[in-house]
Amino acid sequence: MYSLVAIGFVLIYKTSGVLNFAQGSMVLFAALAFVSLTEAGVPFAVALLITAAIMVMLGFAIERLVLRPLVNQTPISLFMATLGLSYVLEGLAQLLFGTEPHALDLGISDLPLDVGAISVSSFDLFAAGVAAALVTVLIVFFNATRTGLMFRAVADDHLAALAVGLRLRRIWGIVWATAGLVALVAGLLWGSRLGVQFSLSLVVLKALPVLVLGGFDSIVGAIVGGLAVGATEKLAEVFIGPLVGGGIETWFAYVAALAFLLVRPAGLFGQKLIQRV
Amino acid sequence: MLYPKTGMLALSYASHQRLLHFPLNRWLATVAGVLIVSLPLYGGDYIMGALAIPLLALSLAAIGLNILTGYAGQLSLGTSAFMAVGAFAAYNFNLRLPGLPFVASMFLGGVAAALVGLLFGLPSLRLRGFYLAVSTLAAQFFVQWTLTNFPWFSNNNSSGVISAPKLSLLGFDLSSTAGRYEMSLATVAGLTYAAIRLARGQAGRSWIAVRDMEIAAAVIGVPVFRTKLAAFALSSFYCGVAGVLFAFAYLGTVEPAGFNLERSFQVLFMIIIGGLGSIRGAFFGTALMLIFPLLLSRFADAALGGTLDPGQQENIQKILFGALIIVFLIAEPLGLASLWKSFELRLYRWPFRS
Repeated sequence: MYSLVAIGFVLIYKTSGVLNFAQGSMVLFAALAFVSLTEAGVPFAVALLITAAIMVMLGFAIERLVLRPLVNQTPISLFMATLGLSYVLEGLAQLLFGTEPHALDLGISDLPLDVGAISVSSFDLFAAGVAAALVTVLIVFFNATRTGLMFRAVADDHLAALAVGLRLRRIWGIVWATAGLVALVAGLLWGSRLGVQFSLSLVVLKALPVLVLGGFDSIVGAIVGGLAVGATEKLAEVFIGPLVGGGIETWFAYVAALAFLLVRPAGLFGQKLIQRV
Repeated sequence: MLYPKTGMLALSYASHQRLLHFPLNRWLATVAGVLIVSLPLYGGDYIMGALAIPLLALSLAAIGLNILTGYAGQLSLGTSAFMAVGAFAAYNFNLRLPGLPFVASMFLGGVAAALVGLLFGLPSLRLRGFYLAVSTLAAQFFVQWTLTNFPWFSNNNSSGVISAPKLSLLGFDLSSTAGRYEMSLATVAGLTYAAIRLARGQAGRSWIAVRDMEIAAAVIGVPVFRTKLAAFALSSFYCGVAGVLFAFAYLGTVEPAGFNLERSFQVLFMIIIGGLGSIRGAFFGTALMLIFPLLLSRFADAALGGTLDPGQQENIQKILFGALIIVFLIAEPLGLASLWKSFELRLYRWPFRS
């Protein structure tokens, strides 16, 4: 589940070198738009299509209005721009769709299934399945299609990609649109779990340790990191939590990720940064 | 003709170190200084208590963050954690060491924040950029959790709220609005002067060198790690003192949740708008961030006659702030301070255009 959000980050970071803090707000935006549509009586499939279209347009708009003028700035100032963007999106989402929490029912049953001795929620299984499917699609997309090849070229070296005639702007637009779609999927799954409300955008804060653990530029890392963070968080809450008064879920992932980073500064699967003078 | 055409050449180290180089600026600064110090004579309680004091406290935090982010180039998202450490530490020093003057506990609060900052600055040895920013988020969550969950820090108050101790200095009672204002003003002025001297001296040069290119800095002999740690410690000290002022001179009572991530972002926005790597930018940015919402709500009331409910107003405010950040990053990455500088340059060359 954390992985779903983390993938959105990785996607953008990998291709454009921007850490997109607004991913959480995009999740919120997508979920709110979808819920508002379904509550207005639009059938499920149509609502899904419309929201997807909105997210794609949003992605292109972000690229055009925010990132294109900022080309060649330092990564830190790009990051701060996405911070501003997340404020805009949060405000916009709540302005357009209201602030009250919505319930979202995807029509997936949430019954405990018994697998051997463990009981697993069928909803969680479904979410995991969706995540797996999404990742497979993305990996195939990155490795087997022409656009994916372009993405990887851009990620590797902007200048070289430009030199061989790739249209950088359009590619970044597509990347942001894809991130919007991933945000939609994450928004629907998280939204039906937690209810669609403002706190959905805080999911981003959960995704950051995942990223750090897995490495910012690795999709595999995002998945492994997501599993690791999810597991350690719960285990720590159960085993260490009572000793210190509970509630350690909020920071444990961060401290764990931090400790891990001291050993491997680029995360589990992150690219080693080679520094040149 | 307001400024001498040939500029002011520094002929000695002493004149180079001067705070204000232009005579006109010195005059302006004197007038402004007199106006600011004498604010209690003509400003009401509202202007002092609700505008001037938070402006001073948050400006100090912005200076602190600017040392770390603007000068040393280490992005931090944990500003308000250090503010919280400062406030709670000062509270405890004051509580547990009876007879300690408030100024001393404020200083010790800053030192405590500096130590915590040092601890969370340690990862900067190995991490850079985003990874470091995420690790400062760890500080944010960890500190907030610690202060909430261990009642010792708030003297076993059930809701974790701490209240301001009696503010006094050398027997003078500073609990009135004017007293709190003058105390904040003196603290902020002193620390600002120190920050300017630091930023212009060897420390500031080292920070800038590390910010612009770590390897080059190391090659010319700047001790990179020590420079970074110094920036972390100093920045946290400033934030800690700012936290003390914010908690006790402005709010009076405060709980750990008052120093949340939102506040960290607020201070970050202040230095982006005001100008990264500029001390006066910290003041400009803070002023804008504090006054803008007020103007906005006044405007909304006047234009729409109060039909806009506060929730919507807050959303619009959020959108505008976010947009403002983006616009500043695109159009004027060095913020209001740089606008001010080009305005000065304009006056300097007047009537010619540059």
